[in-house]
Amino acid sequence: MTDTLSQYSVLSLYSAMAVYAIAFVLFTLDLARGASQDSAPVGEAKTVTVVPERRKLARIAMSLTVIGWLLQLAATVMRGLAASRVPWANMYEFAMTGTLIITGVFLLVNLKWDMKFLGSFVTGLVLLLLGLAATRYYVEIVPLPPALQSYWLVIHVFVATLATGFFALGFALSLMQLLQTKRENSVAANEKTRLGFLTRLPDSVQLENYAYRLIIIGFVLWTFTLIAGAIWAEKAWGRYWGWDTKEVWTFIIWTIYAGYIHARSTRGWRGSRSAWLAMIGFAAVMFNFTVVNIFFKGLHAYSGL
Amino acid sequence: MSRPSDHIDSKPVVDADAKIVNPNLGVVGWLRWFWRQLTSMRTALLLLLLLAIAAVPGSLVPQRSSDPNGVSQYFVDHKDTAPILDKFQMFDVYSSAWFSAIYLLLFISLIGCVLPRTKHHIEALRAAPPVTPANLVRLPAYAQLTVSGKSAEEVLEAARSVLKADRYRVARYDRAAGGKGKLKSAAAITVSAERGYMRESGNLIFHFALVGVLIAVGFGGGFGFAGQRAIYEGQAFTNSLIAFDSFNPGRFFDPVTLPPYTIKLDKFTAVYEEQNTNAIGQPVDYTADVTTQIKGEKPQKQTIKVNEPLRIAGTDVYLLGNGYAPTVTIRDPQGNVIFTDSVEFLPQDKNLTSLGVIKLPDGLSEQLGLIGFLYPTVSTGHSGASFSMYPDLIDPQLAFDVYSGDLGLDNGVPRSVFALDTKDMTKLAGRNSPLEAIELKPGETADLPNGLGTVTFDGVKRFVSLDIHRDPTQGWVLVFALTALAGLLISLFIPRRRMWVSVTENSDGSVTAECAGLARGDDPTLEGAVTTLKDKLERALGLTRD
Ligand code: HEM
Repeated sequence: MTDTLSQYSVLSLYSAMAVYAIAFVLFTLDLARGASQDSAPVGEAKTVTVVPERRKLARIAMSLTVIGWLLQLAATVMRGLAASRVPWANMYEFAMTGTLIITGVFLLVNLKWDMKFLGSFVTGLVLLLLGLAATRYYVEIVPLPPALQSYWLVIHVFVATLATGFFALGFALSLMQLLQTKRENSVAANEKTRLGFLTRLPDSVQLENYAYRLIIIGFVLWTFTLIAGAIWAEKAWGRYWGWDTKEVWTFIIWTIYAGYIHARSTRGWRGSRSAWLAMIGFAAVMFNFTVVNIFFKGLHAYSGL
Repeated sequence: MSRPSDHIDSKPVVDADAKIVNPNLGVVGWLRWFWRQLTSMRTALLLLLLLAIAAVPGSLVPQRSSDPNGVSQYFVDHKDTAPILDKFQMFDVYSSAWFSAIYLLLFISLIGCVLPRTKHHIEALRAAPPVTPANLVRLPAYAQLTVSGKSAEEVLEAARSVLKADRYRVARYDRAAGGKGKLKSAAAITVSAERGYMRESGNLIFHFALVGVLIAVGFGGGFGFAGQRAIYEGQAFTNSLIAFDSFNPGRFFDPVTLPPYTIKLDKFTAVYEEQNTNAIGQPVDYTADVTTQIKGEKPQKQTIKVNEPLRIAGTDVYLLGNGYAPTVTIRDPQGNVIFTDSVEFLPQDKNLTSLGVIKLPDGLSEQLGLIGFLYPTVSTGHSGASFSMYPDLIDPQLAFDVYSGDLGLDNGVPRSVFALDTKDMTKLAGRNSPLEAIELKPGETADLPNGLGTVTFDGVKRFVSLDIHRDPTQGWVLVFALTALAGLLISLFIPRRRMWVSVTENSDGSVTAECAGLARGDDPTLEGAVTTLKDKLERALGLTRD
């Protein structure tokens, strides 16, 4: 029973990846065409004339992403059922649930603001992580070690992953913002630019505002993760904070994003510099998730590898 | 507004700064300049980033606080670089002078920043909203409507109550007609409103709570203690200084404050996975059944689990580790017992092959040292070497290598009970020595080499290592941390904005109401808010159905 379920889970995950791959290609084609009437913020959509042919690619890609997400959701739920616990207790499962949440946040945010132009980034990142997970990190289902048997696993890890979803979008938006700034500068100086595909995206200030709004949500969630982690550590290891490698990196990430928030409020740092900080912050998140989990030793050695 | 001078929202104060920088102003001038720098946003930002960077090395190099064995190993592996790193306190990063310097500066900067803001904010809380600007069209959000059949006063009163209902603080400012020519403005009655003071309050609460966290953490380390102790089944531990295997008191810790109680380990149960073929032998549950007794009270039966520490008399007791403690009896050739005890063996692998040491300084004709290997479920590999194939006690076997010679216990150098220094000893039994290692099943007895006596393997008990802590301020740390979180939520998600409604009379007898808004800080909903204000005003004046 457990075996069949976990096999279906794998099957479902591979199907999700195939669908994401097609979505990725379509999103990228859409971007490359300098497309994205879509990119106009919904709030201002009244003024945008919709050109149906152009929207088509991105719309199909978006629907595919939804389908891929549902398949992945099924894969994750089956994995959890097969293991009779939450499906986030080792690297493979972190990657599976984590990317599910990243895509979920992306879909959710799209309900509010049209961000299809981030589709390439999101599906690309998710494919990369899932590919790594499926080929390098796959482990059979094993029971939870005593240290992980706690409801804090459910809360702490889930919220951390949710934060990661918001930071990921913040990263992508900040990257776009930097490129957009570059393009805007070229245009202002009457120079040629190869960044023409950004023309229809929101301008750099608008991108920065989007990035900021998503990142502060991520930051609040991360703050909560930090506190919840400390509470759990106190219960499991007898101290709420011990500068274990994972704790160190959680702290570093928190500090970088606190820096980001200040940077955006500081004259001379708003704009490109704060965008760099947002990107460094997410790089640290990814580092924490991959390198620290696998290569560093410490109490948090739960990669299952 | 009293934000740091280089805050994006504050007016440039370049001139004032330039004057103060002038060295002619002397020491006080320099100090003020320095203080101003320290409490600027840029400095706070740089210190934050510096703190992030400074935290990195502690994750690359083992730390004495979290991984003392790793540090020793590092000194062995990197003979040349380790001492240099040590000079830079790389093995104590988080208590190092440089790390402390960064966060102390950061917190001084924080306090220096937050105090004036608090003062200013308290004043702002008492003050009325600011005078209505003359030209509302220029503000970032603007809407207007023209009404006939209502007086200006009626419209203004409607605007006032709408704003009040939206929990704005309001003040009325009337403006006489003024200006000339193009700049001429008609007389207007206006209402000025502001809301979202909580945003700044939340921000200040957040920053103060951080200071609280820092102070609580600092004190907690000072008054608390942490001690470790291993006990085997049947053994009791009395909470007093000498009973600990290791003990780390805080700076202000007073041993008198150790609450008097005993903890006896009745039984330790480890459950290992038996069904799942991918995880045979993986631990799934550890339970320590203990009897505790606080002095002068009745004994109580309790359990300790990994995620369920025992809270007793203001201390917390954690189940940190566990292992096997084989009971061994050693007799001299006449049959007199010279040693009998359950000896804690340290687990070496996931199947709990365990290693332990027995030292026999007196009682036999020579000093003896025994290095023991316990295989809970013994099996033999191709090479003939024994190993354990399952962590539970299915078929235990105990093997001893025997050494004779100087145990080195008399020269005052402290020796670990888990290690035998064989430098000055001769190997009598075990690999590469005259005799095979001694192998015993429970209940068996064997002769020691050279007719020195006998050794008996009486059985195996489980032991647990307990971590006993007290951190009197950890509750405070939690309270401050949660306060910070609450402050953060308020400060990031409550919009702070000013709204104005200005009503003028037109020549045809109609009146025009202009609504405008200005955000302080990030406010994605400003435009919507102004439009909503206009809509509500229309509704209040009965201009729209609904
Ligand atoms: C331990 C050091 C610090 C940390 C961790 C920290 C963290 C934060 C965070 C997370 C925020 C955004 C949330 C909020 O608005 O409440 C914030 C905002 C702010 N911080 Fe700090 N802060 C620190 C030190 C400072 C210092 C030293 C200053 C003064 C120079 C400062 C001035 C501000 C200001 C003015 C804001 C509001 C920014 C805005 O208008 O958006 N902070 N801080």
